Amino acid sequence: MSDSNILEVRDLQVHFPVTEGLLKRQVGSIAAVNGVSFHIKRGETFSLVGESGCGKSTTALSVLKMESVLGGQIIFDGEDITHHSPAQMRGIRRKMQMVYQDPFGSLNPRMKVGSIIGEPLRVHGMAGDKAQYHARIKSLMKTVGLLEDMAERYPHEFSGGQRQRICIARALALDPKLIICDEPVSALDVSIQAQVVNLLMDLQERLGLTYLFIAHDLSVVRHISNRVAVMYLGKIVEEADRDTLFQTPKHPYTKALLAAVPEADPELEAQRAEQLIIGEIPSLRSPPSGCTFHTRCVDAMPICQQQAPDRTTDGASTLACHLYP
Amino acid sequence: MNPLLAISDLSVTFATDRGHVQALDGVSLSLNAGETLAVVGESGSGKSVTALSILGLLGDSGRVSDGSIEFGGEDLTKVSDQRLREIRGNQIAFIFQEPMSSLNPVLTIGTQVAEPIWLHHKKPWSEAFEQAGELLQRVAIPDAVKRLEDYPHQFSGGMRQRAMIAMALACQPKLIIADEPTTALDVTVQAQILSLLKNLTKEANSSLILITHDLGVVARYADNVAVMYGGRVVETASARELYKNPQHPYTEGLMASIPKLDGDPGSRLYTIEGQPPDLSNLPSGCSFHPRCPYAQDKCTMTKPTLSEVAPNHLRACFGYER
Repeated sequence: MSDSNILEVRDLQVHFPVTEGLLKRQVGSIAAVNGVSFHIKRGETFSLVGESGCGKSTTALSVLKMESVLGGQIIFDGEDITHHSPAQMRGIRRKMQMVYQDPFGSLNPRMKVGSIIGEPLRVHGMAGDKAQYHARIKSLMKTVGLLEDMAERYPHEFSGGQRQRICIARALALDPKLIICDEPVSALDVSIQAQVVNLLMDLQERLGLTYLFIAHDLSVVRHISNRVAVMYLGKIVEEADRDTLFQTPKHPYTKALLAAVPEADPELEAQRAEQLIIGEIPSLRSPPSGCTFHTRCVDAMPICQQQAPDRTTDGASTLACHLYP
Repeated sequence: MNPLLAISDLSVTFATDRGHVQALDGVSLSLNAGETLAVVGESGSGKSVTALSILGLLGDSGRVSDGSIEFGGEDLTKVSDQRLREIRGNQIAFIFQEPMSSLNPVLTIGTQVAEPIWLHHKKPWSEAFEQAGELLQRVAIPDAVKRLEDYPHQFSGGMRQRAMIAMALACQPKLIIADEPTTALDVTVQAQILSLLKNLTKEANSSLILITHDLGVVARYADNVAVMYGGRVVETASARELYKNPQHPYTEGLMASIPKLDGDPGSRLYTIEGQPPDLSNLPSGCSFHPRCPYAQDKCTMTKPTLSEVAPNHLRACFGYER
């Protein structure tokens, strides 16, 4: 692994057991993440996009080892953490933090904001003396655009956008190298989304952060990302740098996804031919044979039903599709 | 031509623990037959309350304190509950955001789609049930007739919303109100559902009120748009006109703050500073003034009313220098 990569994931497999009956006998398993490989360079924003159930959040949680990994390899900052024990992971998680989608559910309503932001410092024994601890909280609050005197308030006194700032301040407390953002703006009002997107980009520039960004809103993804991977039913179907992916999408699913997103421009929309993708996402319990997208693909060929496509690359994009052998 | 629906000066208050909250303050909207009107706004802007008050669904704590809702020659704020029940589901149908919580989990889909036909059109049950099968076919549910016997939990999110659309269409309503109908769905399914809704309402020459916060959805599906903020309508225009030539500083800010697929990636996004207002503690005068880059002294004291800036383009703003 080259030094320029902060994270490398190879052939990741995460399966969830399917149980039955009172004794929860395992009768099968669901491959939520099925052979996912990607790497993230230091200082860049790498996005995983896809619809619900595609495995983007599970992939993120397994990087933090918050899901048990069945197979594959996760290398973080030059260290293979695939088989790290929970105790070993504590040290690693200092360098990897997470910002969640729901700023209402991810803040303890009984803790004051200052104490929420300082919690990672206390947990990891990095609080120092009282004066240092409070100074650190103040500086974190300032960094994310909150006022110092808000430290004594409770989360319910804050709006969604401010709560997300609190979550970001907490994630920054330990000076992490990688921040995993799982749908960080999708629960926010439109006028607030832009504030949080700007904050994330400012922080990246000032603190040299790397983001693993998970989202379904493609216009936000395009705005913030350097590279993007599109997931479908537990697999990456296309990965490319931002401009390649948005200007010349190749995989039929990527094309369909881009076509499904309405643009905020009625004249553009009137010219756009509506290309509807048929059907809905199949169940992960019984995924289709071959290429799992073949049931909805407009370009499906006989081979797609029989054989899963290999990953190929033409330099600009990496694809898993029989149209690009 | 008289509009199908004309809301004038509608004010709604809710009694809460913290006193009365005015959720709507002098809202006026009108809608012609066959038209799709999008009502856009952020949380607390009053877009859902507007929709609920049309159907008299404000609950025990909500009350229309002023104004009228004219629909087919009747003022819906004045008619009896009995009459409202005749109108609901028959002439005006509603599609909610969350199809799982608006379908009854212990009744089959067929029963629920057939019920409004049986109730309002007084058809025998067997005939209503047969029509329910045809309706499910029209909303493109595969094996429609077989699936009449299914319960809601056996349907996927997209199929449940299709079933809701079938229910809404059952009595050939003149007006369908859809409150964030696709917010809970994935984008590829969202596109399917909205196109279906648009095509079927067009076929039936019904009108559609589409309540949403998604400016992309508005651009793709709406004829006209009303932008709401702090319980008031701040701007109305045709969709094309509104996007090309937004006249209210809030609309303008909203348009500028969303990243465009052909925009300049990595650049700073325009932001509207501050937060959407709290309805129990609205700013004085124009409730947008604390966030408005053009606010003058007048804006902090007097509420602007809607006035025409171009044909069929109204805004509630004292005017600002760009």
